[in-house]
Amino acid sequence: MNTEALKDLLYKIADDQLILGHRNSEWTGFGPLLEEDIAFSSMAQDKVGQSWQIYKLLEELGESEPDMVAFMRNADQFHNCQLVELPNGEYDFSLIRHFLFDMAEQIRFTHLASSSYEPLSLLAKKIKGEIKYHTMHAKIWMKQLGSATEESVSRLQNSLEEAMPYALGIFEPSKFEAELIKEDIFRGEEVIKEEWIEQISAILKETSLKMPDLNSITPVYGGRYGKHTEHLQPLLDEMSEVFKMDPTADW
Amino acid sequence: MYGGGNSFEAMKATALTDEDPVKLAEFEARIDRGEKIEPSDWMPQLYRKQLIRMIEQHAHSEIIGALPEGTWITRAPGFKRKLALMAKVQDEVGHAQLLYSAAETLGKSREDMIADLINGKSKYSNIFNYPAFTWADSCFISWLVDAGAIVNQIANSKGSYGPYCRALERICAEESFHLKYGHHCVIHLATGTKVQREMMQAAFNRWWVPMMHFFGPSDKISVHSEILMRWKVKMSSNDECRQQFLDMYVPKIWELGLTVPDDKLRKDPETGQWEFTEPDWEEFKRVINGDGPCNKERLAVRRVAEERGAWVRQALLAPKTKYVAPLA
Repeated sequence: MNTEALKDLLYKIADDQLILGHRNSEWTGFGPLLEEDIAFSSMAQDKVGQSWQIYKLLEELGESEPDMVAFMRNADQFHNCQLVELPNGEYDFSLIRHFLFDMAEQIRFTHLASSSYEPLSLLAKKIKGEIKYHTMHAKIWMKQLGSATEESVSRLQNSLEEAMPYALGIFEPSKFEAELIKEDIFRGEEVIKEEWIEQISAILKETSLKMPDLNSITPVYGGRYGKHTEHLQPLLDEMSEVFKMDPTADW
Repeated sequence: MYGGGNSFEAMKATALTDEDPVKLAEFEARIDRGEKIEPSDWMPQLYRKQLIRMIEQHAHSEIIGALPEGTWITRAPGFKRKLALMAKVQDEVGHAQLLYSAAETLGKSREDMIADLINGKSKYSNIFNYPAFTWADSCFISWLVDAGAIVNQIANSKGSYGPYCRALERICAEESFHLKYGHHCVIHLATGTKVQREMMQAAFNRWWVPMMHFFGPSDKISVHSEILMRWKVKMSSNDECRQQFLDMYVPKIWELGLTVPDDKLRKDPETGQWEFTEPDWEEFKRVINGDGPCNKERLAVRRVAEERGAWVRQALLAPKTKYVAPLA
C-alpha cells in the first residue's frame, strides 16, 4: 500500500474535521436561539472527536501523537480546504457552509466505509452515522430559512454565492488521486463532487434559492497543500495558546 | 450553575388578602403534605411571581455562565480537555433551555425573559460578572462554582413546584460530571509544573471572594421571607449552603496543596461551623447592581447575539415556513 498517499488522504480529512469543529464551537453562547447553540456544539464535538480518531490512525502510520499534530503545526502544515477556516460570519454563512460541507462529508464517508484500508473503513462506518444527523440538521434549516422571508432568502443566497468557490475547493484533487483509486482506498474527489452537485441541487430546488452556475466559478484550491487564508493562523494561535505554554506538561 | 442569593420581589403586606382563603389553605396543605404543585393547579399570585423570578434568574445564570468558560473552549489544551469543555458548556446552555421552559409554564415567555435580561431588569448569578483571565480560572469555575451550584440546586430540587424540581434533578445529574471534570483539571494544574501550580493558585486568589459571595449575603443581613420558606420556594438559607460547601471542599483544596486566601478560615471543632473573613457585601451589592468588572460586557454579548439572531427567529415565524420537525 502507498503509505504516503494514505497519509495525504487522512491528513486532509482530519484537518477539515478539526478546523470546522473548532469554528462550530465558536457558536456556543452566541446562537440565534439556544437550540442552535446546542446543535452547533454537538456537531463541533462530533467533528473534533472524529479528527482525533483520524489523527490516531495517522499515529499508527508513524506520525506524531494527536495532540502534538493538532496543536503544534503552523497554518502552512495544515491540509484542510479553505472553506472550513473562514470565520463564522453571520448565521446565514455558517448554515450555508455547514450544508455544503456536510453534504460532501456524508458522501465521502459513505464511500470510505468500503475503503480497502480496513482501519479507515471501520472508522468511516461510525462517522457516517454521526454525519447523518449533521446533514439532517442542515437540510431542515435550509428548507425552513430558504423559503421563509425575503431577508432570510436573500441572506442565504448571498452566502451561497460567497461560499461556493470555497466549497468547490473541498474537491481539490490530491497528488495521489490515481494511486488511491487504483488501490481502492478512496473513490476520488471527482466522484464525490458529481454526487454532491446532484444532491445539493435537489435540495435547493425545494427552496427559493438558486443554485449558482458552477461553470462560471473558479474553485479555490491550495488548502490541501498548505495554502490558506489569513484566518487560519490566528485560529491555530488561539487553539494552542495554553498548550504551547508547555507542550510536555500534562494538562 | 446557580448559587443562592436570589433576589426576591419585595412583598406587600396585602399580597395575600386578595386570595381566596379556602383555596389558599388547600394549597398550603398540599405543600405541607409534600405534594408538588403543577402548572395547571391553583396557586397564589405571589407564589407564581416569586417562582418566575427565581427560575428566570437561574436560567439567565446558565446562559451568562456559559460566557466566561465558553471563551476557553477554543483554547483548551489538548483533545481531551477541548471535547470535555465543549460538552460541559453545551450542558449549561441546555440547562437554560430547560429552565426557561419550566418558567414558561408559569406564564412568562422566553422572549420576555431574555428581553428583561438584556434590559437589566432581571438578575443572574453575580459570580459571572468576574473575568476568567486564564485557563486555571476556567478550571476553578468548572470545579468549585459548579460544586457550589450543586449544593444550592439539590436543596431547591426538593421544593414545591413540580416542573422546576424535575428540571433541577436532571441538571444536578449533569453538573456532577462537570464537577468531576473540573476537579480533574484542577488536580492536574495543582500537581503539575511550576507554571501550572502558580496559575492555579492565582486563580484561587482571584476567585475566592466571588465564590464566598456566590451563596448570597449572610442570613444575618439578608431579608428573610418566612412565607417563601413555608411554600418551599426558598429551600435553604444562604449560610447553610455556604457552610455545606466549605465543609465539602476546603479539605479537598488543602489536600492539593493550594492555599485559600483567607487567614481566618478554620473549622471550629466545637461547633463544627466554619469561620471565615466576612466577604465585602458592599462589593457584592455594587456588582449585582451592574458595577462589576464584566457586567456590561456580558450583557453586550447577549444583546449582540439576540440582535444578530433576530432575522432567524423572524423567519421561523413566517407563515410560508414548512415545519419539518417540531421546534421545541
